[in-house]
Amino acid sequence: MIRLQNIEKVYRTDTIQTLALNSINLDIEKGEFLSIMGPSGCGKSTLLNIMGLLDMPSKGSINIDSQVTDNFSDKQLAAFRNKKLGFIFQSYHLINDLQVLDNVELPLLYRDTTAKERKQLATEALEKVGLSNRIKHFPTQLSGGQRQRVAIARAIVGRPEIILADEPTGNLDSAMGNEIMDILLQLNRDEGTTIVMVTHDEHMAKKTHRLVRLFDGSQVQ
Amino acid sequence: MLKNYFKIAIAVLRRRKFFTFISLFGISFTLTILLVMTAFIDKVVNDNYPDKKRDRSLYISHIELRGKESMNSSGLSYSYISRFVNKMKTPVKIAVSSGFGSTNTYVNNRKIVINYKYANAAFWEVLDFEFVEGKPISRQQTDNAERVTVISEDMKKEYFGDDNSPAVGKYIEADNIKYRVCGVVKSLPITSYTLYSDIYLPITTSKTKLDADKGYMGNYSAIVLAENSSDVPKMKKEYDNIVAKLPIPGKEWDHLYSHADTYIEGYVRTGNEKSSGMVYAFTAITLFALFVMLLPTLNLVNVNITRIMERSSEIGVRKAFGASSKTLVYQFIVENLILTFLGGIIGVVLSVVVMYFINDAELIANLNLSLNFTVLAYALFTCMFFGLLSGVYPAWRMSKLNIVLALKA
Repeated sequence: MIRLQNIEKVYRTDTIQTLALNSINLDIEKGEFLSIMGPSGCGKSTLLNIMGLLDMPSKGSINIDSQVTDNFSDKQLAAFRNKKLGFIFQSYHLINDLQVLDNVELPLLYRDTTAKERKQLATEALEKVGLSNRIKHFPTQLSGGQRQRVAIARAIVGRPEIILADEPTGNLDSAMGNEIMDILLQLNRDEGTTIVMVTHDEHMAKKTHRLVRLFDGSQVQ
Repeated sequence: MLKNYFKIAIAVLRRRKFFTFISLFGISFTLTILLVMTAFIDKVVNDNYPDKKRDRSLYISHIELRGKESMNSSGLSYSYISRFVNKMKTPVKIAVSSGFGSTNTYVNNRKIVINYKYANAAFWEVLDFEFVEGKPISRQQTDNAERVTVISEDMKKEYFGDDNSPAVGKYIEADNIKYRVCGVVKSLPITSYTLYSDIYLPITTSKTKLDADKGYMGNYSAIVLAENSSDVPKMKKEYDNIVAKLPIPGKEWDHLYSHADTYIEGYVRTGNEKSSGMVYAFTAITLFALFVMLLPTLNLVNVNITRIMERSSEIGVRKAFGASSKTLVYQFIVENLILTFLGGIIGVVLSVVVMYFINDAELIANLNLSLNFTVLAYALFTCMFFGLLSGVYPAWRMSKLNIVLALKA
């Protein structure tokens, strides 16, 4: 489903160069739930961002769902992300000015959908994460766990084949973290969604199919 | 999509009340200045009282002589008009009037300044003055040099008092001569300077002998009226041909210019052939408008950048979930247009209030500013211009934000 070949990422300033990722080769199968672990600053998030086409590698090639994305334009990348990928962030990144339903509808705004369809799909997605009774609330009126569930609803509303989650339980206590993890596992099991998750939590990582470890930008496991 | 943009625009405006206030204040205040200015120009240029036949009239009011080292520009002499303008074949009527002069008179030990203007009989036929009472000076009265006058409504009040008794038949004294009032017309603002006066007198009563001065220059102007508007170009050409054949008086001059102008051309003519009044007026208005708009626009650009950058997380999320840079630019421009539109509404309300006070204070007598459709069209156009100008750059800059950096901010 995702194939990374010789991915290298270098950050350059006027005086120094930092190698964030070094020759990463990774194949992720369709329907796989993969977790990425490693100490802070080892390049986990950078790798996830590159997989999510949010950032460009300095070298190497990315193939997602049999399409090489290396030479995509801004518009093509946007359309591709919209259709194939869903994102969950550690700090949720919900738009506080919009109600829960509007937040969840967001990916559908960039597709050819009617307002009615958007509302229906967003309501369904919120039902899946158990928040259908909170659609008129604003994010600031919800707990951390609830916010992350809204973020998951937003990530799945467009029915993407891949979900990329950057420390989705990082800001939550263990009970809420487990709740979120259960939702992700269920998504993977029931819908066959491919999930790549960056985490610091061994306990969570053990629940996934495969674990990749990074150290100083290189894959060590 | 638009509904979503609208929701977020309103939410953002409510969240940052101070920014919103600054932005709205800037927009509405600037717009008010522009609206009052356009209302003023519109009134001066487009108000067609009493020359309602502008579409088939041309105005001849200047003559200019130019030599190597000097130039002389002035109104026309009466003899010039009778020798050259009156010979034109295309016009059906030719109104001739002098510039207004002023004289002091005393009523009950009170000094009154009276502006007077001499006019021929056709003047009353070419122009559609609104008579409050009485009637215009007739051709016969003009031919007989009768001492009669048409006065303005304002002069009636000033000279005869505020009681509503008729002025027709009474006498008004100007320059030590008594004139019998034969009509009272609705007053003009002084901005219609070519036609404005307090009292209008028969041209034949002029103290200076009309044909005495054989030169070209003097204090008169003419309005030539064509049968219909399609004859106007022909009339213009006819006058140009006459001017082309005019002998140049004196060796110090080598060029002579005079034009039959449309109303606007005539209104802004500077009296200097080498610098077109239209260009001057247009440049002056444009520069003023730009200057008035520049500072608030720059301020708005700045405020917008700050406001948009505060929303970098939202930008990151929207991009991650499929918004292209172009879509985001569109979103932020729409938001900005909503803001400008709100400012526009406030600006229109403010303008109405300001115009009310200007009219009420009678800064220029008889000039009643109003917000008409022309002015509203200007307002809408200015709003759009503002919205785009102050929104495009910040939107473009923000749309180029790197997603990862936007999400980290």
